[in-house]
Amino acid sequence: MRLTDQEKAMLDGAEGPAKQKAMDLLVRYGEALGAENFVDVTNIAGVPGSSTMFLHDYYKEHGGGSFEDVFSRFDLDSDETVPFPNVGGNCCHLQGGMDPELWTEQGMSREAFEHQQQDEAELIRHGVKLLKTCTPYLAGNMPAYGEHCAWMESSAVVFCNSVVGARTNTEGRESTSAAMLTGKIPDWGFHRDEHRRGTHLIQVDVPVESVMDWGMLGYFIGDAVEENIPVLTGKLGQPDFVDIIRHKHFGAAAASSGGVEMYHIVGVTPEAGSLEAALGSKKPLATIHYGPAERRRVYESLNSNGRDLHVDYVMLGCPHASIEQIGEAARLLAGKKIRSGSSLWLFTSRAVKSVADLHGYTKTIRDAGGLVMTDTCSAIGKMLPEGTKVVALDSAKQVHYLPAIMGIEAWFGSTEDCIHAALTGRWSGELP
Amino acid sequence: MIVLRGRKVVGGCAEGEALVTRDTISGWGGIDPMTGTVIETHHELRGACFKDKVLVFPGAKGSSGWSAAFHLARIAGFAPKAMIFNVMTTKIALGAVVTRAPAVTNLDQDPLSVIETGDWVKVDGDRGIVEVTKKA
Repeated sequence: MRLTDQEKAMLDGAEGPAKQKAMDLLVRYGEALGAENFVDVTNIAGVPGSSTMFLHDYYKEHGGGSFEDVFSRFDLDSDETVPFPNVGGNCCHLQGGMDPELWTEQGMSREAFEHQQQDEAELIRHGVKLLKTCTPYLAGNMPAYGEHCAWMESSAVVFCNSVVGARTNTEGRESTSAAMLTGKIPDWGFHRDEHRRGTHLIQVDVPVESVMDWGMLGYFIGDAVEENIPVLTGKLGQPDFVDIIRHKHFGAAAASSGGVEMYHIVGVTPEAGSLEAALGSKKPLATIHYGPAERRRVYESLNSNGRDLHVDYVMLGCPHASIEQIGEAARLLAGKKIRSGSSLWLFTSRAVKSVADLHGYTKTIRDAGGLVMTDTCSAIGKMLPEGTKVVALDSAKQVHYLPAIMGIEAWFGSTEDCIHAALTGRWSGELP
Repeated sequence: MIVLRGRKVVGGCAEGEALVTRDTISGWGGIDPMTGTVIETHHELRGACFKDKVLVFPGAKGSSGWSAAFHLARIAGFAPKAMIFNVMTTKIALGAVVTRAPAVTNLDQDPLSVIETGDWVKVDGDRGIVEVTKKA
């Protein structure tokens, strides 16, 4: 890789051992990619220094389990521990850990909770904003059009590129931590104009209107195009407008069933003013149709983990719920009671929860027997209400992960289907 | 013996039995790092263990936790011996770097066609060379 004088100085240790280790990792990573140089990044979202009890205990047995040990040896992939300096730029911490108040309900130990509090104090002290969410763009970190970012979290990455027109690859924990110290990331992939043009044309031949429909379409497209860049055209319900919640569920699903990091919707997303703009000078590699038969197949695929109609858990908020989504859940639950023996957990960010508290949504949901939780989700935290065997989900992304991770059955449907299952204890969702 | 030539992703030499899949692999949520097995629901390798294997696959997909999952597998002692793949992404590049296993890509023949599960494979990461001895 060609390094600037400043980058060489960091690699040589002129700016301290932590930046040296960070540059060393970034150079190894950039060379693995085949990148020729670095780009300056001003907006970095990752999970620096977070450790599960396993990681904490492992490093404790192998030299030391402090925040600095974990950050150095895991995040920077360094063989020695180096002092953790303040981070530069706009750096935030994404989801992880446990709810700061409801951790006992989540089955976490006091020891793990206290450990999280210590990690958080270190992050605050060194300048990392504790957004604790997979939807930083709903909670205080919205990048600008064209801004070079280094983001983790596949659903946030696809939102950043596609909806905002900012630029990031799907970074990982180690590369974002290194970028927080150096402000550098390999100039590769989505940082470059030529990699942002569409590769596959998706002709949508069936109306796509509800959030559930957008999730299904995303799941279908991710499976069909894998890590390529789809360009959507056709019957998209509201021709000139797709709201943030639909983008959130669509992108999250496409990034889970495949590796979609960017999509274009002609006439909707910022780099797709026209089909020509979305595709650039290239011809699409393939044209893929999404019609009623494909819609039914993806619905059936998303429900292939479900057998038992008895539902004991409903999980909402994947990706973390927006304030409108919490309001909708509160409206559907107002004055009702979740069936005894069933649980409903709705996940969001701390920022959005504070608004939900203000509006009384949190209390309405709690009065019905549900809980609004922050920081994590059932898949990230591997946490379920005790005895859960069958879950109902309104997120195609969560259906992709949760049954595989936790070995449970899952049903997929609309938010309304899921809340109905929480109230009755039975799944009765159908494809509308 | 069949020789394939490509480019270095991560240096070093390693050899072992091949574990081959035509499905892309998810890291976080797709593997269990604490046992080194594939857990993704519809994956053709579901239940298979890649510890000490030469993993031959099209590339990475899914969560940005790809690198952290394979990094954790390395720490837990369940990492593959080497990686051979076709499609370069940031997930696989960073994941291969922190797994610290020799890795190569851009081979002159499709490794998914040439290599079968059970073949003995030597990977020279620095020179980008893969030597395949077909199983008897």
